[in-house]
Amino acid sequence: MELILAKYNYWIYVFLMMIGFYAMIVKNNLVKKIIGMSIFQTAIILFYVSIGAKKGATIPIIEHHAHSGAIDPAHYINPLPHVLMLTAIVVSVSTLGVALALILKIYHQYGTVEEDEILEQIQ
Amino acid sequence: MISAAQIPIFIVIVPFLAAFLISIAGLFKEKYCQPLSVLAMSVSLYAAVATLIHVINHGVIHYHLGGWPPPIGIEYVIDHLNAMVLVIVSFVGFIVSIYSKKSVEQELPDKIPQFYTLYNLLVTGLLGITITGDAFNLYVLLEITALTTYALIAVGRGRAALSGFNYLIMGTIGASFYLLGVGHLYIMTGSLNMADLHQLLPSLYGSGAIFIAFLLILIGVWLKMAFFPMHGWLPNAYTYAPSSTSCLVAPLMTKVSVYVMIRIMFSVFSPKFTFQEFSFHEIVVWLAVVAIVGGSLFALTQKDFKKMLTYLIIAEVGYMVGGVWLANHNGIMGAVLHILNDSMMTLCMFLVVGIIVYKTKGHHFDNLGSLYKKMPFTMAAFTIGALSMIGVPPTAGFFSKWYLILGAIDANQWEFLVALIFSSLVNVVLFFRIIEFAYYPSFSNQHGDAHGSEKIDEAPASMLVPLLIVAAGLLVIGVFTGKIVTYIIQYTIPNGL
Amino acid sequence: METIISIRPFLAVLVSLFAVIPIVLSKRHPNVREAWTFGAGAIKFLLIASMLPLILNGKIIEYTVFEVIPGIAIKFKVDPLGMLFALVASSLWIITSAYSVGYMRGLKEHSQTRYFSFFAVALSATIGVAFAANLLTLYLFYEMLSLATYPLVTHHQDREARSSGRKYLTFILGTSIAFILPAMLISYHLSGTLEFSKHGFLVGTASKGVLTVLLLLFIFGFAKAAIMPFHSWLPAAMVAPTPVSALLHAVAVVKVGVFSILRILTGVYGIDLLKSLNLGTLVSYIAAFTILTASLIALSQDGLKRRLAFSTISQLSYIVLGVALLSPKGMIGGMTHIGMHAFGKITLFFGAGAIFVATGKQKISEMVGIGKRMPITMSAFFIGALSVIGLPPTGGFFSKWYLVLGTLQAKQVVMLVVLLTSSLLNAVYFLPVVYKAFFVSPEESLFEEEAKEAPLWCVVPMVITAIVSIALFFYPDIFSKLAELAIR
Repeated sequence: MELILAKYNYWIYVFLMMIGFYAMIVKNNLVKKIIGMSIFQTAIILFYVSIGAKKGATIPIIEHHAHSGAIDPAHYINPLPHVLMLTAIVVSVSTLGVALALILKIYHQYGTVEEDEILEQIQ
Repeated sequence: MISAAQIPIFIVIVPFLAAFLISIAGLFKEKYCQPLSVLAMSVSLYAAVATLIHVINHGVIHYHLGGWPPPIGIEYVIDHLNAMVLVIVSFVGFIVSIYSKKSVEQELPDKIPQFYTLYNLLVTGLLGITITGDAFNLYVLLEITALTTYALIAVGRGRAALSGFNYLIMGTIGASFYLLGVGHLYIMTGSLNMADLHQLLPSLYGSGAIFIAFLLILIGVWLKMAFFPMHGWLPNAYTYAPSSTSCLVAPLMTKVSVYVMIRIMFSVFSPKFTFQEFSFHEIVVWLAVVAIVGGSLFALTQKDFKKMLTYLIIAEVGYMVGGVWLANHNGIMGAVLHILNDSMMTLCMFLVVGIIVYKTKGHHFDNLGSLYKKMPFTMAAFTIGALSMIGVPPTAGFFSKWYLILGAIDANQWEFLVALIFSSLVNVVLFFRIIEFAYYPSFSNQHGDAHGSEKIDEAPASMLVPLLIVAAGLLVIGVFTGKIVTYIIQYTIPNGL
Repeated sequence: METIISIRPFLAVLVSLFAVIPIVLSKRHPNVREAWTFGAGAIKFLLIASMLPLILNGKIIEYTVFEVIPGIAIKFKVDPLGMLFALVASSLWIITSAYSVGYMRGLKEHSQTRYFSFFAVALSATIGVAFAANLLTLYLFYEMLSLATYPLVTHHQDREARSSGRKYLTFILGTSIAFILPAMLISYHLSGTLEFSKHGFLVGTASKGVLTVLLLLFIFGFAKAAIMPFHSWLPAAMVAPTPVSALLHAVAVVKVGVFSILRILTGVYGIDLLKSLNLGTLVSYIAAFTILTASLIALSQDGLKRRLAFSTISQLSYIVLGVALLSPKGMIGGMTHIGMHAFGKITLFFGAGAIFVATGKQKISEMVGIGKRMPITMSAFFIGALSVIGLPPTGGFFSKWYLVLGTLQAKQVVMLVVLLTSSLLNAVYFLPVVYKAFFVSPEESLFEEEAKEAPLWCVVPMVITAIVSIALFFYPDIFSKLAELAIR
């Protein structure tokens, strides 16, 4: 129990990820798949952000503590994961864009976004 | 003058800038797009070759992007392995950019600027994956590559959009797994630079998080390379893509992913970890065996030339993954050599398919009747490619098979030897079946053969010449295997094996 | 033994390969095209013949092209055994080319340029096998030969050609990939080399069981030698135009198979190792089985070419048997049989082809009384038959005599019986053909009025090979000396 509470952020991300994963694989509707994908990606972003976070820590800006000399690294939030996640967000947004564009094309082509109906038409 | 030390950056930056230039040029004059693309690719190829020669003569190059030293900045590390892969990628990019002119004009007449913009971005991504020495940078480039590929596949007709969508879902899962794995590594070490990770990780071997990280990254990369049983997305995506897309993507995507796998296994982790701490290598070889046998058997059931080739790609991925996981000198040598050989073989095959599609408007076996008479040069090139796939000396395919089989014997993993032989035999059946279709007149429907096929003749020079270069390349690579191994590939084997 | 470095063996391989270019370029002028074939054939023969004195003086010629894999080179070595085979193949190429001209033009065959081109490639590959200094080089040219002969076998491009072509490839390419490739790599793994040498390179590398399995892989893997049960491609390949059957399926292709097996026995295992492991007996029993079975099957064949094909299958195993006896006389017999059988059997095929060109007949039962119309052809056929049976005054007698002596020397009485029985069977399936052709008159005329001898281009080569077959009885020295040198 303590393990779960201490590392609750990990459990949340795992939980979210599984939801997303489930939707991506199992859902029949292409848009729902995309929603699953977004949840999946967001879970990972959450994971990264949470590993940089720290209770009561400060932001890593040198000016903030300029008068009292250099700040102790132990007191600030690791900025790198957050920066990385800015990039990851850009990536996931563009993936989403491409995915939606594909869905539009599929919809124009087959008149539906349900996978089984599309496959039926192809047969 | 540009100093020699700056050459590596040109490999990546030129196609990247060309992508923007092409999209702008396309607004004014569409016909500039393809020549611009060829130009960018040739500069990139030149820089890649120069880099390779530099690496051969002077050893590993470390290039710090923007002058930031690692681990803070992004570092490009170019050793023998990725110098070779860079040349492969830029060569394929160059060849296909010449080749694509007619094919794109026919298949995507209203999307020429878009095609070449994405094309250059895709090549940039692949080159970037190969050249980077930073684990997170690799993720970003992986996604750039993937996004452009989805789009390039989905512009095709028929099932292309749906196949592209499925690929998108699977590709995103793969990249996410990779990202997750890198995240675990970052928690444990606080670093993203591969060389730095390589230094930091050994003290942490045995930790569960590192183990999970390795597994996650591996699964992510395997998804990207369509390693069995994660191959489901590949056949449809590559079959329904436009010819020029599949010519570019089919030879490179899987091979670059294999490169990433080797990078992760040996440059981020170490042979000691992957083969002793992780100690699943025999199971992976078995998976590779299933991939080879399964891919070959599925290929046998196909009645469509292009789709058959896509299943063979899955089998070939098994070759390379299996070779690396044999965990010995010969096996890894064979796998690395096969990256080179297989990309050339696959390229040759897909170029042929592209020509057949261009001339006969289809890639079903029925489209192949009497092609030896109608396009002798194309079919001669096809024959060389087929022999290389089968593994007949002195074509390139024989020599990588040579090392892979030796590796299997050294490792005492006879199942891999059997799988390789089995796949060679299946390839004999597959390719001689096609040769039969193309060599003999069709016996069944005499009148069906007569109409429409009259005007099929040899391919235009812009398609034929690249194909012939690649086919000749298969022979040259085969004959000079000894040189390639002594100057390049033997340095790619990690220490301690 | 003294070794000389010379590029000549490499040139001998290349000359017919490069002849393909002018042959293809002059496809609109058949006479020029054939001139190139003859030119290449003459140069090739002279190159090989120019090396003969050196070899007879006990020297060896070597040439390393380059290392294709670190440690393993494409390398040529001319030794007496290779010389023997190369002489036979290159001299018969010239004769067969002449015959091809008559046959192909006589029947107005299509795609003659393709035919002559691939013929030239096939000969390059044959000489490459003959002069290969290591297993990789041998394998390379062996595969090249398999592929170069495919368009020749399937020349007619009809349904029958397609199914025969399939069978041909399945057996030839299938066995070489499935058996030879792994066997070669295992040998390399065991010994670290692939270079043929006097005492073999597998001595002391593995247990008897492993070496036996390996040997079986090699013996059956070289399916071109048509050792049963991997023989059925040969009768199927008879669908090819007759000159192809004559040169390739009586001489070049099949003897490449046998030659490769001899190389395995003498150059990879070595006589001493075979003796100490008692593997010679195993191989000779395999060969004996093929000899008898094939002869029996030949009896029942009505198609002349098919009968000849089964005869070839059995005769090829004579060669293997001779060497597997591991006695000096037997080995000489086996090796000279490469040459003796070649001249005899090619004469027979030329005869079969000449009959087909002149009358269109392919079945033995339709050839009753043909001797009166085609006396020269049938006389030559008779001489060829004598040589294959092994009766004087033909070269076949010489090699068979040594084979018989070899069985006695090796104290293998069973093999003696096999040889004699098979000779008897040979006589039974060949002599009636000749007898009916000359001495039986058909009840009704089987032939059109004007049917007579085949064109001169067909008859002359046949007469030459028949005369050579007889000459070899009186002067077997070249072959026997080479064979003696080979086993020294």
